[in-house]
Amino acid sequence: MNIDSVKFRLGKNRGFQILIYVLAFACVVPLLAILLFIIKAGITKINWHFLVNIPKPVGETGGGIANALVGSIIIILVASVIAIPIGILAGVYLSENRKSKLAYWTRLSTDILQGVPSIVIGIVAYFWLVKPLRGFSALSGSVALAIMMLPIVVRSTEETLKLLPPSLEEAALALGMPFHRVIFKVVIPVGIGGILSGVMLSIARITGETAPLLFTAFGNPYLSFKLTKPMQSLPLLIFNYATSPYNDWHDLAWGASLILLVWVLFLNIFTKIITRKWKVQL
Amino acid sequence: MITRSDLPLRVINSSPEAVAKAKKRARLSFRQIRTENIFNKTLILMGLIMVVLVVGIFLTLVVQSLPSIKALGPKYLWGKVWDPVQDIYGAWPFLLGTLLSSFLALIISIPFSISVAIFLGEYHPAGWLPNLLKNAVELIAAVPSVIFGFWGLAVLVPIVRTFESHIGVAPVGVGIFSSSLILAIMIIPYAASLGRSMINLVPSHLKEAAYGLGATRWEVIRSVVLPYTKSGLFAGILLSLGRALGETMAVTMVIGNTSLIPKNIFAPGNTMASVIANEFTEADKPVYLSALIELGLVLFLVTVVINMIGKKIIDRFTND
Repeated sequence: MNIDSVKFRLGKNRGFQILIYVLAFACVVPLLAILLFIIKAGITKINWHFLVNIPKPVGETGGGIANALVGSIIIILVASVIAIPIGILAGVYLSENRKSKLAYWTRLSTDILQGVPSIVIGIVAYFWLVKPLRGFSALSGSVALAIMMLPIVVRSTEETLKLLPPSLEEAALALGMPFHRVIFKVVIPVGIGGILSGVMLSIARITGETAPLLFTAFGNPYLSFKLTKPMQSLPLLIFNYATSPYNDWHDLAWGASLILLVWVLFLNIFTKIITRKWKVQL
Repeated sequence: MITRSDLPLRVINSSPEAVAKAKKRARLSFRQIRTENIFNKTLILMGLIMVVLVVGIFLTLVVQSLPSIKALGPKYLWGKVWDPVQDIYGAWPFLLGTLLSSFLALIISIPFSISVAIFLGEYHPAGWLPNLLKNAVELIAAVPSVIFGFWGLAVLVPIVRTFESHIGVAPVGVGIFSSSLILAIMIIPYAASLGRSMINLVPSHLKEAAYGLGATRWEVIRSVVLPYTKSGLFAGILLSLGRALGETMAVTMVIGNTSLIPKNIFAPGNTMASVIANEFTEADKPVYLSALIELGLVLFLVTVVINMIGKKIIDRFTND
């Protein structure tokens, strides 16, 4: 058959179109497989006992993941308290000084930080906080996660504020408003949707991070509220119990996986809805 | 020339109330200026913190890996044996494991991610089904890697094991091949979303000219869209490579964790990230610990370089 004939070319066109359709939609298969499998394996494990009890020792059935839930919440709250103000202010700095030399370096550092493997941040947090304080602590885990949050918050703040019309800020300045009040009362409130979606995205990302916590928060089989002591968190519990040989522990890990997955997907979908409303590009 | 005496003199009301009022006003505006300055300095400080963080991370890694750099020298990187008990440290098994698993993952994921990019960028830029596909692919990036690892361990590894026994290699299940499959799924969104935005940037007059000459849709994609976007697609693939190299948890859970050099792609192994995750808290000798940190330093440098090249290509592409 002549390869230049119109029929052959149209056939080839059709063939590649079908191939691309199939390959593109094949990408959804693993996501669905993971979602369905985790829901199926986890849903039967979740009940009130599961949420309020701490894990039982090997051999005893039952037990829950209260220590991991509490630990995750505490670690993430502390990380947010550290990262959000710094991130938003650095983003404001970048959008207010677009051409300055420091802004160039800050932007570059943000890009670099976004690509640093999470395990490397874990190592660094170990030497910055665990070693000087002589022991694993929830605080060091929070700092490691805060470092991972920063670039996302900085970027989303900068991108959001860039989209605001400059006339807004100029009008406020022309009325004699001091610069810091312009930022806090005009610029940030107007862009709060975009900034918030960046914050939520960063929280979604760090909730599932395990690697930075391995050498910092370390994990703890008991309920702990002390920032200076090791603390359990959801992803750490999943990792430790999933790689253990005990079926009871696997069950705990499936339940914890479902909770983690639902929380992370909820944050992501919620963020998508906000971003669509605010038309921010992240 | 204007001298001071030419300026109109202001009669100052020197009644005590007026003086007090003027003083108060001056103090207020001074306070305002001071707050202003403090605020400006705070902003600069926050920008500086980002730079200090990155420099600090780099310096910490360098300083902490100095003992191993001094003791083992550059040949550490291609030493073939890793045996901390005998004090023999060679990073080659981990470098090889990282390269094998990442590139295999890249090869598996490229057809899929490029297809998603072409589908969303060229065939169907809008509509509810493409929108659903776009969001679903982006959600893959949101799934925590530890969940990928757990799912891989429970579902994928048994499948790989049956596959391995069919083709006649040792049916271990865990190993480089399994971790590549997991990695391939995890990195699809990065190349796909970047590729889509690059394909959207192809000027429509180029495509219309090709259609006008009688090209079919596939011919337009092959000879106009792909050549025009090839640097952008390359950047997307680089960024996903950066992700794959640094990925820790999912890989650690399914790669099998042995420090032997992998004989084939189905053999168990270890990557740089997974060996750090496994052995960091067990490292009892200073050189041992420092050798692990040197792996972290290598990982840091490689991902920084890859990400920088990717970003440069994207910037050049979008500014044209």
